[in-house]
Amino acid sequence: MASVTYDHVVKRYTADLTVVKDFNVEIKDKEFMVLVGPSGCGKSTALRMLAGLESISEGQIRIGERVVNDVAAKDRDIAMVFQSYALYPHMSVYDNMAFPLQMQHMKKPDIDKRVKNASRILGLDNFLQRKPRALSGGQRQRVALGRAIVRNPKVFLLDEPLSNLDAKLRGQTRIELQKLHRDLETTFIYVTHDQVEAMTMGDRIAIMNAGILQQVGTPGDIYDHPANLFVAGFIGSPTMNFVPATAQNGSAKAAGFEVKLPKSLPAGKKGTLGFRPEAVTDRVTDEGNALQMKVDVVERLGSDQFLYGQVGGDSVTARVDPRMKVDPGDTVKLGLDTRSLHFFDSETELALL
Amino acid sequence: MTIASERVATPAAERPFTPEWLGQVFSKGLLHVAVIGITLVWIVPTLGLLVSSFRPLDQFSSSGWWTALSPPFKFTLDNYTGVLDASNLGQSFFNSFMITIPATVIPVTIAAFAAYAFSWMKFWGRDMFFLALVGLLAVPLQATFVPILTTFVNLGLTPENVGFVGLWLVHTGYGLPFAIYLLANFFRALPTDLFESAEIDGAGTLTVFFRIVLPLSVPAIASLIIFQFLWIWNDYLVALVYVGGTPEVAPLTVTLANLVGSKGQDYQLLTAAAFFSMIVPLIVFFSLQRYFVRGILAGSVKG
Amino acid sequence: MDFSQLLADVPTLVAVIVGVPAVLAAYIVGGEYVVRLLPDKLRPSVRPWIWVGPALAFVGFFLVYPVFGTAYRSLFDLSGNSFVGLSNYVTQLSGFPSGGSWIAIRNNVFWLVFFTVLVLAFGLLFAVLTDRVSYESPIKSLIFMPMAISFVAIALIWKFMYSYQPPGEPQTGTVNALLGIFHQDPRLWVQDPNVANQALIVAAVWGFVGFAMVILSAALKGIPGDLLEAARVDGAGELTIFRRVIFPLMMPTIVVVGTTLVIFALKAFDVVYVMTNGNYDTDVLANRMYKLLTASQDFGDASAVAIILVAAVIPVLIFNLRQFRAVEARR
Repeated sequence: MASVTYDHVVKRYTADLTVVKDFNVEIKDKEFMVLVGPSGCGKSTALRMLAGLESISEGQIRIGERVVNDVAAKDRDIAMVFQSYALYPHMSVYDNMAFPLQMQHMKKPDIDKRVKNASRILGLDNFLQRKPRALSGGQRQRVALGRAIVRNPKVFLLDEPLSNLDAKLRGQTRIELQKLHRDLETTFIYVTHDQVEAMTMGDRIAIMNAGILQQVGTPGDIYDHPANLFVAGFIGSPTMNFVPATAQNGSAKAAGFEVKLPKSLPAGKKGTLGFRPEAVTDRVTDEGNALQMKVDVVERLGSDQFLYGQVGGDSVTARVDPRMKVDPGDTVKLGLDTRSLHFFDSETELALL
Repeated sequence: MTIASERVATPAAERPFTPEWLGQVFSKGLLHVAVIGITLVWIVPTLGLLVSSFRPLDQFSSSGWWTALSPPFKFTLDNYTGVLDASNLGQSFFNSFMITIPATVIPVTIAAFAAYAFSWMKFWGRDMFFLALVGLLAVPLQATFVPILTTFVNLGLTPENVGFVGLWLVHTGYGLPFAIYLLANFFRALPTDLFESAEIDGAGTLTVFFRIVLPLSVPAIASLIIFQFLWIWNDYLVALVYVGGTPEVAPLTVTLANLVGSKGQDYQLLTAAAFFSMIVPLIVFFSLQRYFVRGILAGSVKG
Repeated sequence: MDFSQLLADVPTLVAVIVGVPAVLAAYIVGGEYVVRLLPDKLRPSVRPWIWVGPALAFVGFFLVYPVFGTAYRSLFDLSGNSFVGLSNYVTQLSGFPSGGSWIAIRNNVFWLVFFTVLVLAFGLLFAVLTDRVSYESPIKSLIFMPMAISFVAIALIWKFMYSYQPPGEPQTGTVNALLGIFHQDPRLWVQDPNVANQALIVAAVWGFVGFAMVILSAALKGIPGDLLEAARVDGAGELTIFRRVIFPLMMPTIVVVGTTLVIFALKAFDVVYVMTNGNYDTDVLANRMYKLLTASQDFGDASAVAIILVAAVIPVLIFNLRQFRAVEARR
């Protein structure tokens, strides 16, 4: 049980190839922290530096109070679940789970107790003598978890552990992982490129892009108050609408409409107006915030209906009542909820609202 | 194999006796005739040898081997007993084992160490050394005989002094480039995650090698062992150069070639001797063909 | 046969089979133990040399050093006492077209062309034909079988195939018996300089076609079935598909097999040595080198011939290395 601190951490491969830049995060004890970002953003490298699989070019990583920069991977008291699961194909499930304990020269009865315990938690009791290839994807995934659990580590590292599962199983496993986190009461650090996993599982989320940490916060915080254009665009599906706009006394003017802003911005400030599809609805409460949308595509999902179209030449997505009758080619009048408006500076891309 | 058979299954025309149907039947028939014909042509030389080796001497020189395939059947083991009595084939058979087994075990073991380093360790000049090994695959062994023979004589590593030891060492040196090449290609293809996982689990270099790499590489190592075994068993030139043709040390290939010279007129004995020399390779080949083929593929299809 | 003497050697064999791996395992375990005595920082740079050390030593001593040694030795006379410069090469390369090594060089070129082309052609043909029948496996193993036996045995098998009886007597050799069916006179295949080379090459081709077939057949199966179906849907006939789709896709494999065959053709020895020992105008460089080495005890000239052989292999070797690097770059 321990906290993890990244303190000005840098990973540099060559003079002009730096994949993690000045990375600072403090992960609390027993927290479920998700590192999320597009592929190649440095999230896996950040995790692998903590695991001891990559050297740290600059800065410090601490587990609890201990600086681990020069500690061998095996001595860091961590366990890692790999995307491919990295199960030893020639060993039985039992031996796979016992292997890390054998490496610690633990006594046989103790190993047996721990393996049995982990397999009970994960429901693997009946598969202990099987080889990994005789297991389903979900079972293999659980063996990989079991191999981590038996070590009773201070920190669990998970590198995209769900991406090899099919959609249905992924949903179930997400829930199981959260339950496991609660039962084990250990720090979890979870790397993924999937924002749904990040939003649903993380106590807090750290979003990375191009080696730079963008924002750290609770899922709700990040969804409602994205710090910059990248975070706003990365979190949420369908993605947030972005429309070029200019600030004018108390409102923002785009090509096809003008809306009141909840907070006044310097007049003439150019930027990007952002609003989520659910902020554009078929309920027009205030004529001043109404949009005329020419609909190109209608997507009916049963519970929702998404309209994709143009407002004054800008592409906009709207989420409307599924009972509303719309056909492609129609022009409809929609209301914009001004409480969830975002405005991003055109130069710094930082949120100004 | 399954892909092949699916691909072959072109839909036959539904109605018989149409021109298309006849054409398909005809070309299908032609295919079978060609395949079986080729196979027959390919086994005739071996079959001829095999049949001849069991024929009595009086018939051997007066009629072709194919006449023995029709009654009256007259077969005998005389040729085999004759050639075993008249030559040192028995001793050679034993020598072949004495030469082949160590000359297989030593290079395969050393190659496994080296291949592990080449695929999973970083060291100065690694890629350069590996490239050099690939280049050495093509070097004619003839270009190495004189200096090695000279050195062996100077060091006293002659067959009179140390028996087959010199030959084992030579075969190890000659066999290593291919052996390392084959194993390194296999080791490299093992997933990186396994090694990282083992590192986190606290496994050291030796544990990773003996408990993860070796068990996972059994198919590749089996291929290599069979390949090297057959290569040494069938080797003629290297054995001839380093241990020569004296009966005490000659392997089967050398004795067989000597018989061609000394008993060139007693063909019936030669056929028996030739078949005798083929027994072990044929057993190995037919029982472990899968691994042999895999070794050939791994060794030649690059990438 | 003296069985007691054979039995006396059995303990040696057992000692070697058990002892050698034990010694090597002890070496690697001991090496790791020594590495662990070193400071942490030094271990990763020392450890690899312990693992590759024995291999590099063997390869260096038995392959790299001797090639240079041979090149050096080729500049001395037969006994090795006096330096003669390039005169061994002059001896070997003078008297074109029939003196020195020229007959052997001519025959090696002959081997290189005919052996390579025939093996590739038959290998490809067999790969394509067997791919289309359901009893593929047993057929392929029968054609592949000669790869398992020694070339000495192959030479003997073909000596027997070619054997000759004077016209009018019953032929015992399969080839001459077949000629008899067509009312042709039997020929002395191996002893007639006009056909001896061809006869030897046929024997080697018979031995090697299985090798080419197995590799080409694997490449053929590697071509996705979708691709062929797409071509069929596009209206291509089977021959067009072979020429325009299958053949180009197999080209890289054909090249790899081809280089292996070229190297073999240049090094051809066993078949020639056993069937003719280079007589009847069938000598090749490898056999000539061996004769100079043993019969003439002329180490200088033997070394020169060996170096000529190396020189012939070098272009293939360079080609191989380029292929290898290209493949590595794509990894």
